[in-house]
Amino acid sequence: MAEIKTGAEIVMECLIREGVEVVFGYPGGANLPIYDAFNFYPQLRHVLTRHEQGATHAADGYARVTGKVGVAMATSGPGATNMVTGIATAKMDSSPIVCITGQVATTAIGGDAFQETDVTGVTLPVTKHNYLVTDVRDLAYTIKEAFYIARTGRPGPVLIDIPKDVQNDSCEFVYPEDPIDLPGYHPADRATEEQVARALELINSAKKPVILAGHGVLQSGATQEVLKMAEKGGIPIACTLLGLGGIPASHPLNLGMMGMHGEAAANHAIQNADLLLAFGMRFDDRVTGKLATYSPNSKKIHIDIDASELNKNVRVDVAINADLRVVLEQFNGDVEAVDRAEWLGTIRDWQEDSSQRDILNTDDGIFRAAQAIFDLWKFSKDNNPVIVSDVGQHQMLEAQYFKHEKPHTLITSGGLGTMGFSLPAAIGARFGAPETQEVWVVVGDGSIQMTITELMTAVQENLNINICIINNGYLGMVRQWQQLFYDERYAETPILSPDYVKLAEAYGMQGLRVSRREDTLDALKKARAHRGPSLIEFVVEQHDMVYPMVPAGADLHEMIRRPTA
Amino acid sequence: MKQTLIALVEDKPGVLNRVASLFRRRNFNIESLAVGHSETPGISRMTIVTDEEEALRRNVVRQNLLKLINVIEVDDVTDQPVVVRETALIKVRADATKRAEIMNITDIYRARIVDVATESLIVEITGDADKIASMADMLRPFGIIEMARTGALAMTRGVVTPRDPASYAKYAAKVGQ
Ligand SMILES: Cc1ncc(C[n+]2csc(CCOP(=O)(O)OP(=O)(O)O)c2C)c(N)n1
Ligand SMILES: [Mg+2]
Repeated sequence: MAEIKTGAEIVMECLIREGVEVVFGYPGGANLPIYDAFNFYPQLRHVLTRHEQGATHAADGYARVTGKVGVAMATSGPGATNMVTGIATAKMDSSPIVCITGQVATTAIGGDAFQETDVTGVTLPVTKHNYLVTDVRDLAYTIKEAFYIARTGRPGPVLIDIPKDVQNDSCEFVYPEDPIDLPGYHPADRATEEQVARALELINSAKKPVILAGHGVLQSGATQEVLKMAEKGGIPIACTLLGLGGIPASHPLNLGMMGMHGEAAANHAIQNADLLLAFGMRFDDRVTGKLATYSPNSKKIHIDIDASELNKNVRVDVAINADLRVVLEQFNGDVEAVDRAEWLGTIRDWQEDSSQRDILNTDDGIFRAAQAIFDLWKFSKDNNPVIVSDVGQHQMLEAQYFKHEKPHTLITSGGLGTMGFSLPAAIGARFGAPETQEVWVVVGDGSIQMTITELMTAVQENLNINICIINNGYLGMVRQWQQLFYDERYAETPILSPDYVKLAEAYGMQGLRVSRREDTLDALKKARAHRGPSLIEFVVEQHDMVYPMVPAGADLHEMIRRPTA
Repeated sequence: MKQTLIALVEDKPGVLNRVASLFRRRNFNIESLAVGHSETPGISRMTIVTDEEEALRRNVVRQNLLKLINVIEVDDVTDQPVVVRETALIKVRADATKRAEIMNITDIYRARIVDVATESLIVEITGDADKIASMADMLRPFGIIEMARTGALAMTRGVVTPRDPASYAKYAAKVGQ
């Protein structure tokens, strides 16, 4: 005889069966039954964030570090609408999270009851899928389906809206053991023989190929397969922002990041290539520049798990809807060793030119954001830490100067560019990463102030995360555009900050300030040694720039370069 | 040529909204959309006509529809042998002096008069979009008071059903057909 359980208990039972260890959330009137059930399921840890946006970013950060589904909860109305930014962030970056929201009772739905919002309506365009569960008997199956959809295929956020009466209702609880089988959902798997043959023909005959490694490399776990192809064929690799770490930065074939603030050599290679191998990336405008002039002389092979990405922005010659790792396994035996020394030599010349312009060669005594980040890399790299970066100049400098060797060691909001992402995402990442792996936050003075409220969450949970605030006194990235394209009219980009050291102390965490480069190492050491969260404010040059830069809508090779000394 | 799609979707609340929202969000234009039950309980059938002209764009539309979890199959029948039909009801101003003339036109188009009143009558016509437009042109001089159209319904000729019949059949079996 199956046990009778309430909807709220069924939620707990199902989360446990999904292997959930931690839930990030915030209670309220419409999810009280679920929160009450936490009392009886102590194996499910709940982390009280200070804002529901923080809960979604934390779930996202957890998911990105572990590859597992992150879980966030909120009450109806304002609780649920506060989640929207976090859900949209996860959607754009294909991060698997499940959000469970309370809803007013089914009898009150549609009547503008207290704290009622049409949450499935609001989140429809920013979720992979969502549900309103109106019958407690549907709950277990729906939750199982939600997790399955979130993590399979192209991962993404799924929301389940559960009215309060459904949480209170009970029914026989029989966990649906059968695997999910949805009539309209069949994640792609392998390439056809014909596709493989056509692709191999292009690969083996290319003289100037480039691999474009995106987030899909990490998500399908294809690092080894990509490297195998690259090494065998002597094919250089450029990475998207979310692809960083998918290929070791120190690998000689890795050209680093492509795109708007990518390495000049990577962009030149793409523009001059005769074959692009796009692996789990989606030709975002930030990596293509002007589409009409994008890599004009190349054939293109695109492999993506999401069929709707193929031929969306860039027309390709071979479009393969499949799991990247599976396809590369199909390919790899037949990729020929071709001598591409000439092509690699050309690229090396471009790289040489870049290194002369490197900010690290400017020895003018000014303390720059890039130096703080570079020093953090040198200090922490042996630990292979997780770096959670926010959005702005510091994000791009991190991508350029922190050399990521392992997958899932850079967590950042790429597609949506959500300021305020880093601190809450780092809280989630901390729960996901092994204890010995350090978690560092690289965040701007603007971005930290968007979700600074989550400092208290880190203190309450006594989390070992180290927050490096790159304080340039500006919304730096916007200021950069104003400097370049609006005649230095800095409208509303100068931004004041609180005294971060005092603030940290008020929150009960360690606070440090570094204003000279010489003091960086000492502060980093103190942060590492401290149990619990630490905050370091780096007071850096205010008018620094991120180079190279491809202006929005310009040709990818038309980069504004850092002037040589 | 306009793109004609047949979509088989799960008959669940909100599915029409998901489809419509997708078209809005992706900036695809819907010319017409007709929804109703299919031969299988639990599955609705939509005929969607869009103004996408170009083959690759059309495929993007189809792939985006397929990405919706509740959408089971999408067949682009634009270039397939297909029967397309639409029904329109047209209310025309017509007193006793005009009736005969209108009935004459109605006969030519093999349409039907389904309501007669002292000052008006309602014509029902079924056909493709061109036929309906042409009939409407003929009636316009009399004064069209109102017109309602169902939007196009499409069905491929012969025994073929929308793409990938295997998974469709599996679902049909599951819902007991
Ligand atoms: C929520 C949100 N609002 C606005 C923006 C636009 N924006 C992009 S970068 C940026 C400046 C970020 O400033 P800061 O965190 O200080 O970083 P910096 O560029 O100075 O390193 C702004 C305002 C955004 N990305 N996200
Ligand atoms: Mg700043």
